[in-house]
Amino acid sequence: MKIEVLGTGCKKCIELEMIVKQAIAKSGKFVQLEKVEDIMKIMEYQVVSTPGLVINGEVVSTGKVLSVDEVLAYITK
Amino acid sequence: MWQSTVDYLTLDLLGLGGHLGASINFFIYDTIKIWFLLISIIFVVSYLRTHFNTEYVRAHLQGKSELYGNVLAALFGIITPFCSCSAIPLFLGFIQARIPIGVTFSFLISSPMNNEIAIALLFGLFGWKVTAIYIGFGLVVAIVGGFVIGKLGMEKYVLMDVKPMEGELEEVKISLTMKERAKEAYEYTADIFKQIYLYVLIGVGVGAIIHGYIPATFIAQYAGADNPFAVLVAVIMGIPMYSNAAGVMPLVEVLTQKGMLLGTALSFMMAVTALSLPEAMILKKILHTKLIAIFFGIVGFGIICIGYLFNFIL
Repeated sequence: MKIEVLGTGCKKCIELEMIVKQAIAKSGKFVQLEKVEDIMKIMEYQVVSTPGLVINGEVVSTGKVLSVDEVLAYITK
Repeated sequence: MWQSTVDYLTLDLLGLGGHLGASINFFIYDTIKIWFLLISIIFVVSYLRTHFNTEYVRAHLQGKSELYGNVLAALFGIITPFCSCSAIPLFLGFIQARIPIGVTFSFLISSPMNNEIAIALLFGLFGWKVTAIYIGFGLVVAIVGGFVIGKLGMEKYVLMDVKPMEGELEEVKISLTMKERAKEAYEYTADIFKQIYLYVLIGVGVGAIIHGYIPATFIAQYAGADNPFAVLVAVIMGIPMYSNAAGVMPLVEVLTQKGMLLGTALSFMMAVTALSLPEAMILKKILHTKLIAIFFGIVGFGIICIGYLFNFIL
């Protein structure tokens, strides 16, 4: 599984990255996490409000900081 | 009813009269009233906005004619959230979708100006009439400002090369149940309230001191009808205050009670929300300084005109 956090370095993006890390630890799964800061790559995902969350190449959330449980639900789904 | 409860508490129970009594009475009354209104209005707005997001707006602005696009973008600006940290992806994403630059600016002007905190505070402090005037004229500035920027041919001042996409964007669907929307709205409201309740407290506190101690003639002298530069000064002072809108607005209410003209107050509040230095710094990464200066210049000019217009009419 591969998770990408899309964000150009704003406060919310950093928050989301921390939350995703916690969720991964909680799930106990092997997950590849990548922080995407390149704006051109972010736009390729058609995301215009950061932070964005991408799981296995699919955008699941934009423009908000999810809770640990919400991210966990995406990981274990 | 709330006023009489507070009166009873400060006058009868604590026996506070005079300047101190007036200040404390005002402080308790205003703080609780504004907190209550902030929570309820932010909740309603954030519930409604779970139906929209920036991706949805982009898909709907794509391929619209210029003037219609400006109007639509300004209206979308009322309901969609805006965080200056997303200014860059938003700007470039709109270009990618071949949305004219003027339409993007209409959105960029309207969205922070009509943010839910400003609207809730205005409603709580000044009532629905002033709120409606603020939103109405805010939309005019956003539409006309964006339209003018669009006509100036500013595309060459966008520093990043974005490849326009082919074809149309897919329709953005947001499927949430009512419970999920309510939960999201609740979390958002709690989050915002945590960020601003202290500013409101401080703003109302300073306002309460002015309310009780500083005579009206003092303020009228500097910000009233006698000072022809009041609007201009108010707009310039408003630019660095973006993050403190929650603390500034209660102060403005007190100042208007003490003789500051409403037009001056409106200009000041619009400058606080629409012209933000942090946003300018972020946009500087992708826009030439010249374009940012023109953006600030046009919006500032529009806001100043509104201020003078109101001071003249009222």
